[in-house]
Amino acid sequence: MQEPAITEDLIAAHGIKPDEYAEILRILNREPTFTELGIFSAMWNEHCSYKSSKIHLKKLPTTGPQVICGPGENAGVVDIGDGQAVVFKMESHNHPSYIEPYQGAATGVGGILRDVFTMGARPIAAMNSLSFGEKDHRKTRQLVHGVVEGVGGYGNAFGVPTVGGEVRFHPAYNGNCLVNAFAAGLADADKIFYSAASGVGRPVVYLGAKTGRDGVGGATMASAEFDESIEEKRPTVQVGDPFTEKRLMEACMELMRTGAVISIQDMGAAGLTCSAVEMGDKGGLGIRLDLEKVPQREANMTAYEMMLSESQERMLMVLDPAKEAEAKAVFDKWDLDFAIVGETIAEDRFLIMHNGTCMADMPLSRLSSSAPEYDRPHVPTPAAEPLADVPQIDPIDGLKGLICSPNYASKAWVYEQYDSQVMADTVRIPGFGAGVIRVDGTEKKLAFTSDVTPRYVRANPVEGGKQAVAEAYRNLTAVGAKPLATTDNLNFGNPEKPEIMGQFVGALDGIGQACTALDMPIVSGNVSLYNETDGQGILPTPTIGAVGLIAADEEPILDYARDGHVALLVGRTGNHLGQSALLYEVFNREDGDAPHVDLDEERRNGEFIRANRAWIKCCTDLADGGLALAAFEMAEASGVGVHLDTDNTAELFGEDQGRYLIACNFDQAEALMGAAGQAGVTIHTVGKFGGDTVRFGASEAPLTELSGLYRGTFGEIFG
Amino acid sequence: MKAAVIVFPGSNCDRDMARAFAQAGLEVEMVWHKDTALPAGVDIVGVPGGFSFGDYLRCGAIAANAPICAEVKAHADRGGYVLGVCNGFQVLTETGLLPGALLRNAGLKYICRTIGLRTEAADSVYTQGYGAGTEIALPIAHHDGNYFADDATLDALEGEGRVAFRYTDNPNGSARDIAGIVSANKRVLGMMPHPERASEAAHGNEDGARLFAHLTSALATA
Repeated sequence: MQEPAITEDLIAAHGIKPDEYAEILRILNREPTFTELGIFSAMWNEHCSYKSSKIHLKKLPTTGPQVICGPGENAGVVDIGDGQAVVFKMESHNHPSYIEPYQGAATGVGGILRDVFTMGARPIAAMNSLSFGEKDHRKTRQLVHGVVEGVGGYGNAFGVPTVGGEVRFHPAYNGNCLVNAFAAGLADADKIFYSAASGVGRPVVYLGAKTGRDGVGGATMASAEFDESIEEKRPTVQVGDPFTEKRLMEACMELMRTGAVISIQDMGAAGLTCSAVEMGDKGGLGIRLDLEKVPQREANMTAYEMMLSESQERMLMVLDPAKEAEAKAVFDKWDLDFAIVGETIAEDRFLIMHNGTCMADMPLSRLSSSAPEYDRPHVPTPAAEPLADVPQIDPIDGLKGLICSPNYASKAWVYEQYDSQVMADTVRIPGFGAGVIRVDGTEKKLAFTSDVTPRYVRANPVEGGKQAVAEAYRNLTAVGAKPLATTDNLNFGNPEKPEIMGQFVGALDGIGQACTALDMPIVSGNVSLYNETDGQGILPTPTIGAVGLIAADEEPILDYARDGHVALLVGRTGNHLGQSALLYEVFNREDGDAPHVDLDEERRNGEFIRANRAWIKCCTDLADGGLALAAFEMAEASGVGVHLDTDNTAELFGEDQGRYLIACNFDQAEALMGAAGQAGVTIHTVGKFGGDTVRFGASEAPLTELSGLYRGTFGEIFG
Repeated sequence: MKAAVIVFPGSNCDRDMARAFAQAGLEVEMVWHKDTALPAGVDIVGVPGGFSFGDYLRCGAIAANAPICAEVKAHADRGGYVLGVCNGFQVLTETGLLPGALLRNAGLKYICRTIGLRTEAADSVYTQGYGAGTEIALPIAHHDGNYFADDATLDALEGEGRVAFRYTDNPNGSARDIAGIVSANKRVLGMMPHPERASEAAHGNEDGARLFAHLTSALATA
């Protein structure tokens, strides 16, 4: 088949800038073929190459005694003792989800699950962080339904418990929703599988589902801004099949036990191209592919289409030739394709043959490790204007303002559509703080949380970045888990704008500081840029996914508040209302600075909670909505009233950092006070649990009334 | 005493069910759907939850035609015990071992939540441990749990004391609040709620453990 001629329009349509095309001409010493142009565009787009972010990502802390494998592989690997490891990562599927919400979200879940089991880890937990436009925007309802059903449709059928996540609404996401999917898996620490190919002349094997035309050019689409033509991009979204993914996972687990796998890489963005290049590049080898051997779903597929297809549920591996028959038998058992499609070669060459014709022949290492890298201009975000006066408000009215907003109402409408208990190891389902699962066959437990407050990041990227990590640290601590490590999913606007790049650089600075101070190294992550529509960027949203460990001999903090319990506040008295939930939801204002994070105080207070867990019945961190929302949520989850002494707006709704609310009996409170004095931790009694009302100062409402509002709001808006 | 747990491609509660059987003291063997015989000496066959064959067609319809299902039917016909949970219940209705069908939930949404149940048919090995009219709580997790049968069948089920569990607050539109039913000889149970997810202290709810514990002691004395 005749390939199209290379024209300026064709180059531009592939998202390749003129200076990048000049570089291609220098590398090849000739004009690229159409297939080669497609391969360059797949490898050099922002999504795959990290060309705008790489130089900044290098500054993040990624090491520690607990880290077995940091960023650069399919997922991060962290030691959890007893020869076991947790393998996890978070990744965005924003653009596809906006174009086709069900399939976009579903394949986002599928992609992150594949990243985890590619490394030899059986997925044991999932979370997702979702950001939508304002509730009344014409697209929002359809996106919420589609995305939630897509996440559930894939994860439920695959059989991984979804134990946590976030859902937020803000007009800045009207034209660009965010779908960030997290998955974690469990593996033996000495049986992790990596992507670097080794050995010359070894078979390259294609596994899983067949290749179709779906998703051609998806990674390039995901690296561009949106405009009114997005409907035309629907064919670039892939279609998910969780049933095939489940079989692929089981087959891979069996295959890995045979010793046949030398290296393995899932086919995600840019499919066959990206997986083959990654394996060759990391192993310092070339790869030859014979495309007629690729299992194909459709007739007459071209080399270009096969190399750029993003059909789901596929893997590429380098096989130990001695184990071919054994490996093939596993895939026959699960009724999946197994085809030798090429081999590793000694030269630095990516050679693509199709029915004996050479379709592409390029230096492989130039596609990945030496892809373009930019130090884009960036300007720091100017300091926020000081906060204007905030009037005092009746505290119960303030609370109602929060819990009647979809941002702070119960998310049961969402998480009850996700199977949170499959695998029968779930210890705490979503709804109140971090999700907790037991490590199968042990008494160890893992806690999972996902956090970011985009309003803070916009107002003050450095403090906002710190805060996202600190909140994750607190959520893990509140269930008694020691925070282990972090994955970051960095969602920002157009990096070619210096102010956006400034947000990115600032947030990364803050994240890095906090991860260092709190000993939560970044072990994996993903960058999603160009989250803009018609030039309007999203709120900067660096989602932090974090994992904590509760050792076999440690008690988790999972109980509830009871009648007669004392309410104790760990940390300072609330004062900071800038960028607060109250300001946004009740006064429709987004002014002031973000709260500042004192990382020493965070660490001190967190260590205090974990060390004194024996005295703590129930614990939650203070975040959006401050003391008032934390006290209400604890009371609501426990089914008991709460009375706080203060009616001061800033004390109740201030969002100062480093704080926890504890419920315990009187004797335990005394013990905690004593321990706090010795540890230099601020603690004081702020009220008590009991009765059947929520009372702040003299303002009061029945718990059942508030509970009804809290639980009913989301379904009323979107049901 | 031996249990066999059937594994279809797409089963995802097979390990959970095997663990619940084992914790109750049964020896457990996993059985692949392409197998044509059950292991020797099997007392009870577990048909687990999940999405057998993806459930892209009617839930359980393809699984019901897997080679092993002929053996499961023969086992039941010999008076053997069979427990189908969630997708397993759907498979059992598709095989004809239990009457009726599971339709899409009335609210059209997948529901994962702990719900209240009232036990009935207290003369089956599965429900004896609870006694009739006892309220328990178990998790559900399904998209198609809306039990349907014609009125004559429902009347017969009720008349013969074959309703094992009813929802106290019907979550999915099931006819007459039915959450689980047994066969005429009360040895085959199909139920949508997941007892294996509420069978240890770590689950925060052990209401399901009683089903497995009583089953084991009943098998031991049988």
